[in-house]
Amino acid sequence: MSTDNVELAKQTPDHPQPYKELGMNDEEYGRVRDILRRRPTASELAIYSVMWSEHCSYKSSKVHLRQFGDKAPQTEALLVGMGENAGVVDVGQGWAVTFKVESHNHPSYVEPYQGAATGVGGIVRDIISMGARPVAVMDSLRFGPADAPDTKRVLPGVVAGVGGYGNSLGLPNIGGETVFDPCYLDNPLVNALCIGVMKHEDIHLATASGAGNQVILYGSYTGPDGIGGASVLASATFDEESQAKRPAVQVGDPFTEKLLIECSLELFHSDLVVGIQDLGAAGVSCATTELAASGTGGMDVKLDLVPLRDPTMSPEEILMSESQERMMAVVTPENVEAFLAVCAKWEVPATVIGEVTDSGRLVMTWHGEVIVDLPPRTAAHDGPVYQRPIAIPEDQASLQADAPTRLARPSNRDELRKTVLWMIGSPNLASKEWVTSRYDRYVLGNTVLAQPENAGLIRLDDETGLGVALSLDGNGRYTRLDPYAGAQLGLSEAYRNVAATGAQPLAVTNCLNFGSPEDPGVMWQFAEATRGLADACLALGIPVTGGNVSFYNQTGTTPINPTPVIGVLGVHQDVRRRNAMAFAAEGHKVVLLGATHEEFGGSEWAHVMYGHLGGLPPRVDLQAEAALGSVLITAAHETLLSGAHDLSDGGLNQALVEASLRGGLGVRVALGEDPFTYLFSESVARAVVAVRPEAEARFVDICEQAGVPYTTIGMTGGDSYAVDGQFSIPLHELREAHTATLPGIVG
Amino acid sequence: MARVGVITFPGSLDDRDAARAVKLAGAEPVALWHADTDLRGVDAVVLPGGFSYGDYLRAGAIARFAPLMGELIPAAEAGLPVLGICNGFQVLAESHLLPGALMPNAAGHFVCRDQRLRIENATTLWTSDYEAGQEIVIPLKNADGRFTASEETLAELESSGRIIARYMDVNPNGSMNDIAGITNEAGNVVGLMPHPEHAVESLTGPTTDGLGFFTSIIKGLVSA
Repeated sequence: MSTDNVELAKQTPDHPQPYKELGMNDEEYGRVRDILRRRPTASELAIYSVMWSEHCSYKSSKVHLRQFGDKAPQTEALLVGMGENAGVVDVGQGWAVTFKVESHNHPSYVEPYQGAATGVGGIVRDIISMGARPVAVMDSLRFGPADAPDTKRVLPGVVAGVGGYGNSLGLPNIGGETVFDPCYLDNPLVNALCIGVMKHEDIHLATASGAGNQVILYGSYTGPDGIGGASVLASATFDEESQAKRPAVQVGDPFTEKLLIECSLELFHSDLVVGIQDLGAAGVSCATTELAASGTGGMDVKLDLVPLRDPTMSPEEILMSESQERMMAVVTPENVEAFLAVCAKWEVPATVIGEVTDSGRLVMTWHGEVIVDLPPRTAAHDGPVYQRPIAIPEDQASLQADAPTRLARPSNRDELRKTVLWMIGSPNLASKEWVTSRYDRYVLGNTVLAQPENAGLIRLDDETGLGVALSLDGNGRYTRLDPYAGAQLGLSEAYRNVAATGAQPLAVTNCLNFGSPEDPGVMWQFAEATRGLADACLALGIPVTGGNVSFYNQTGTTPINPTPVIGVLGVHQDVRRRNAMAFAAEGHKVVLLGATHEEFGGSEWAHVMYGHLGGLPPRVDLQAEAALGSVLITAAHETLLSGAHDLSDGGLNQALVEASLRGGLGVRVALGEDPFTYLFSESVARAVVAVRPEAEARFVDICEQAGVPYTTIGMTGGDSYAVDGQFSIPLHELREAHTATLPGIVG
Repeated sequence: MARVGVITFPGSLDDRDAARAVKLAGAEPVALWHADTDLRGVDAVVLPGGFSYGDYLRAGAIARFAPLMGELIPAAEAGLPVLGICNGFQVLAESHLLPGALMPNAAGHFVCRDQRLRIENATTLWTSDYEAGQEIVIPLKNADGRFTASEETLAELESSGRIIARYMDVNPNGSMNDIAGITNEAGNVVGLMPHPEHAVESLTGPTTDGLGFFTSIIKGLVSA
C-alpha cells in the first residue's frame, strides 16, 4: 500500500481522517483544510495535530501571556526575549546567561523515573540550543500527601530520575522545592530548570536561513517512543487509562545527551552552525516547521533519510516521535564535512536530511513521493488562539471568607514548644536532605551555594568572582486563595531568596501549572495569576524571559491548586562576598528585618495543624521587597553579616531553626507578648540576619536609608534554640525532628 | 613545572575540576583524550570521575579498552604516577592496575555527602603531604562505590598497608573494611572513591582537605 501523499489527498478529498483521536476538534481540522485547500495527508495531519496541541501552541494561554511582553519593564539586560528556546540575559563582563523552567508533569505520573529524567534532558537541550554551556539544574517537585501510598511510588522514582539524568550529565543540582499537598496526589508536578552560560558572541538562534544551506539531524536515532506525547499526554485531562499511556512517555539516555552537549559546544565554537533547534515535544514536526518559519521561509526534507531505531516506522510516527537526545542544525554546504567530523569525534550520529529553500513551503518526501507540502508558519506560529470563557469559581468567596482567625493557637509554653517541633518536622518544612543527597551538587567546581541555602549560587569567573544566583518558588495554597496575589507572592519569594545571597535580581522565568483551560474557573485563575505576575515583574523591574504552561493538571473535574512556579535569576558581582544562611559566629546580634503582621491565610501553620485552607494570603508589598533586597545586597558587598536567611513558609520559626542547624550554633531571642505571631506568621519582605559586631552601626544606617524595619531580637550562641520566657530546645532535638520525617516516610 | 595529565573519556564529568585542582596545587594540567595514543610526556595522570560510556556494562568496563589506556597501563606498571578518582578508580580496577572491584552501593542509590576519611598510608606518591592517621573531609558522590575483594586480597591489602584511606562516621556505600582508597604495591597507582578535587577551595568545597593529593604528587615530582 502506498503512503498517503499530496496527490492522493487531492484525489480523495472525503477520505475519513482520525483527527479527533489526534486531539483536534472539527473547527481546527476544517482550518487545516482551508489552509491547504485540500484534505491534509496523514503526515500533514500529524504535524498540525502536534503543533496545534495546547502543549506546543499555547492556544489557550497566548492571549494572557502577551502581558509579559506588553508590560515588560525597560531593561538593557535582556539580550534575547521571549519566543526563542530560552531568554538570554546580560550579566556583565561579556558574559550572558540563559535559563528556563519547564514542566514534565504528566509523563512523571505515568512513569516517574523516565518522566522526570527526560524533563531534565529536555530543558538542558533548550539551553544548549541557545549556544550556552549548561552549568546547573534545579527541580521544583510537588507530590500528594507524604504518607499516601502513591507518593511512595512517584516520589522515589522522580527523585531517582532527576538525579540519574542530571548526575550523569555532570550538572550540579543547586536547589528547588519539594512540596506535599493532597491536591497533587494524582497530578504530581515536576518542573525542571537549567541555567547555561556563554559569551555574548556565542548566542545562537533557531532559524533556518540561507537557501541551499543543509539541514542536519544529529544525536540519537529516532524510535517509536513518546509518539504524540505533546498532544495526547500533555494536552488532555487524566483518567484511569493513564497508566496505559506508558508508551507515550519517552526514554532518556544521559550518556548520549552528555556527548550531545560537548559535541554541540564544539560545533558552536568552530562556527559551523547557522541555526539550531533541539527536538523536544513534537520532535521533527516542531524542529522543521519552527526553523523554516523563522528563517528564509522554506525547507525540503527527505524524511526517509531520518535514521531509525525501528525501520518499520511510518512517516507519521517519525514526525510525532519524541525520542530524546536529538538536535537539528542548519549548516552552510561548505561546512557540512567539518560538521560531520566533529560529530564523529564525539561518536554522535549525524545525517543530512534536507535543505533550506526560498519556496515558502515545507516540503517533505518519502522515497520520492511528496507527503508534506505546507506553509511552515501556519503550523509553527499561526495556530488557533482561544479566548476561553472565564468565571470566578463558585467557592471563591466562601473560601476567602473562611479566615484562619477561628483556629485555636497554642495557649501555653508547652503547646508552643510542641508546635515548634511539629512544624519543623512537617513534610513541607522538614529537611529535604533525603532528596538532595541523591543529587551531585559539586560537579564543575563552581557551586558556591546549593540547597538548603536561600538560593543556588554559581561562580562564572574564577578571577573576578562574577556569579549568578537562582531561586525557584511557588505557593499553590496562596494562589488558590487569591491567584493575582499568589503569583506575585511566588515572585516575591524567589526575588527575596536571590537578594538574600547578595545577588541583584535581573530576570524571571515561570512554569504555570494549572487545571483544564476548558474549565472557566481554572481560566479565571490563570488570567489572574498571569496578570499578577506581569504587574509584579513590571513593579520590580525584572522581565519575564520565557517559560512554560502546563494545563490539564486535574483528575476528573477537580483541578490542582493553581501553581505558578517562578524562577528569578540574579547577578552577583563577587561570589566570595555572598551571604550564607547559617549562623556562623557566636555572640552576633540577631536582627529581624521587615514588618510582621498577623497573616495566617494559606500558611503552613494552618495547613499542618488543621489542614485548613481559607482566608487571604499575606499582603503583597513589592516596594518593601525591593527595599529589603537592596539592604541584603549592600550588606553582602560590604560583608556586614555573618548569616542571612529569608523568611517564607513557616515564618521566623523555620528560618531560626534552619540557620541554627546549618551552622550548628544555637540562638536566643525575645519576642515579646505574642511570640506565636512572630514565629509563624508568613508576612512578606522579611529576613533574619546575624550582624558582625564591628558592622552594627553601618548596617543600621543602611536599613534606615532603605526604610526597612529593623528589630534586634536576640543573639547567636549556645547549643539550643530559645525564646525567652517560652522554651529552650537543644539543637540535637531540633535536628532529630527536622531530619527524621522524610526518611521515615519514603524509607 | 610538573605536568599532570587529565584523561577525558566520553562521559567524564569531573575532568575540568581535576584540572583546576592540579593548577591550584601548582602544576600544569594537560588535557588527554581517550582516543589518542599519546600521553604527551606528562609526569603523572589523573583519571577523573564521571560515568564514562554511561557506565554501560559495568562502571569503567568500556573505558578500560580506550586507545589511551593501551599506553597508560604499561606506563603505570613502569612507575608513572596515576590517580583514579571515583569512575577513574573503577577504570583502574577494570584495568587490573588495582585489585578488587567497585560494586553498586549497598543502599541501592546515588549518594552525595561530605565524607570524613582517615588517611591510613601517607607514604604513597599521592598521599605524602598527609600524615598517617590524619582525618579529612571531602565530598563523596557515587552510585557504584562499594569496594569489594576476595578475602585473600583484602588480607593482603591490610597486611601490606595498601589501604590509603578509610571511611569514618558512616560507611556510605557498604565498602569492605570501610575502604575508601587503595594503592598498588609500588605506591604509584592510587584509586580513591571520594573526590579530593572538589575540596580544593573553601568557596566551593566543604574544606580544602583534598588539595593534599595534588600537592603530594607535585612535591614528589619536583624532588625526584
